[in-house]
Amino acid sequence: MSNEKSNGTGKVEYVVRAKDLTKEFVMGNEVTRALKGISIDIKRGEYISIIGPSGSGKSTFFNMIGGLDKPNSGTVFINDVDMAQLDANELAFLRCHTIGYIFQTFNLIPVMTALENVMLPTVFAGMPSDEGAARAMELLDTVGLGHRYHHKPGQLSGGQQQRVAIARALANNPAIVLADEPTGNLDQNTGSEIIALLRQLNQEHNVTIITATHDPKMIRVSDRAVIIRDGLVDQIQNRAEIEAEFTTNDGH
Amino acid sequence: MSNATEPTGTTNKKRGVQLPFKKAFEFALNTIKIRFWRSMITAGGVFLGIAFLASVLTSKAVAGANVSVTEAARSNWLVALSLLVCAVGITNAMLMSVTERFREIGTMKCLGALEQFIVKIFLIEAALMGAIASSLGYLTGTLLMVATKYFSFNPKTAFHGETWIGSFTGGAFGMNLVLCVGLGIVLTMVATLFPAITASRIPPAAALRSDV
Repeated sequence: MSNEKSNGTGKVEYVVRAKDLTKEFVMGNEVTRALKGISIDIKRGEYISIIGPSGSGKSTFFNMIGGLDKPNSGTVFINDVDMAQLDANELAFLRCHTIGYIFQTFNLIPVMTALENVMLPTVFAGMPSDEGAARAMELLDTVGLGHRYHHKPGQLSGGQQQRVAIARALANNPAIVLADEPTGNLDQNTGSEIIALLRQLNQEHNVTIITATHDPKMIRVSDRAVIIRDGLVDQIQNRAEIEAEFTTNDGH
Repeated sequence: MSNATEPTGTTNKKRGVQLPFKKAFEFALNTIKIRFWRSMITAGGVFLGIAFLASVLTSKAVAGANVSVTEAARSNWLVALSLLVCAVGITNAMLMSVTERFREIGTMKCLGALEQFIVKIFLIEAALMGAIASSLGYLTGTLLMVATKYFSFNPKTAFHGETWIGSFTGGAFGMNLVLCVGLGIVLTMVATLFPAITASRIPPAAALRSDV
């Protein structure tokens, strides 16, 4: 099980360590406590799903471990770097090199071709463009869209757009891929294909995948499922527990 | 631990920060091409304002000393006001454009774009739109005014007589062109500055929102 993946020295490597995260939102006189002290360690190469009803603090937590938001208290370490210590430019650098993002709505840049979209993170990383183009072509081939490289997002189907987005997320060889409801806008079959692709990339490239999802198919392939309720970690299910839950549910 | 990664991090970051101007230019040009008519409507104000400016400049050059001081001041005042109105129009249109591209800009920030890159894209876009619109505006304004003057004066003397003061030479045309296009570009860029900064402040988390 990739749960027990280690870095060869026998020591488990953590790619994300979040400790006692709290976050409050103030709206007028009302204070909403979105997170009430969440801690989690995520191992390198893990495929992890974050589950929770809307309003549970799931998205807030997800944004925090993705370097998109800062907690009121508590610490987030990504690759042993304390996020709280980084300024805006260093955060941009981290997002560029360490984290790949996949979105529910694909978010490809409409004015650019598939190839240019995949190249974009390499441009921000300062890679020479011929090198970036070669890298992007290789990734488009990996996701099975090498032949559509010159198409604009509008000329691609939803599933194809999400494949391009996955290729883009991997452009700078990130340690973590954050996927926010990646199958939310796709039909069942296309969703399954995307999940299979993510799982395959997870296993072949040892990239850590963190998803926020409602999709049972997505949860089912996860190494661990973190269930968040009322701003706290309600439960962390491992592989066996996830499988067990699906078996009983299937029985009904 | 973070110290260990810093040396390479800093050099890479320096390279990352200095995004090639060419890339930003290509990006801005593509954006204009894709949203061509939208951009042209945004730049419509500049076109009209600069056309007005060009016509006033041409009219002055043509009439030369025949223009009274008060009349010249009045037309200057009118041109300044119309340019101000067009600047506000551009700011408004660009703010709308920022709202439309909310998620796109958030996505770029997720991919590692710095605030200055976003500002750069918007300003280059503005400069290009300003250049196109004010060139067309200059042509339209100048040609219309030359035609008007030509037909309103005695055609026989129009280009030879004393109503055409000697200052109206090819040099004057050139000066007007530089002035009109230069002012058009600067005006569009200044009007876009506030929307560009607004855009650059969009948080990367905006990319996750599905309601815009």
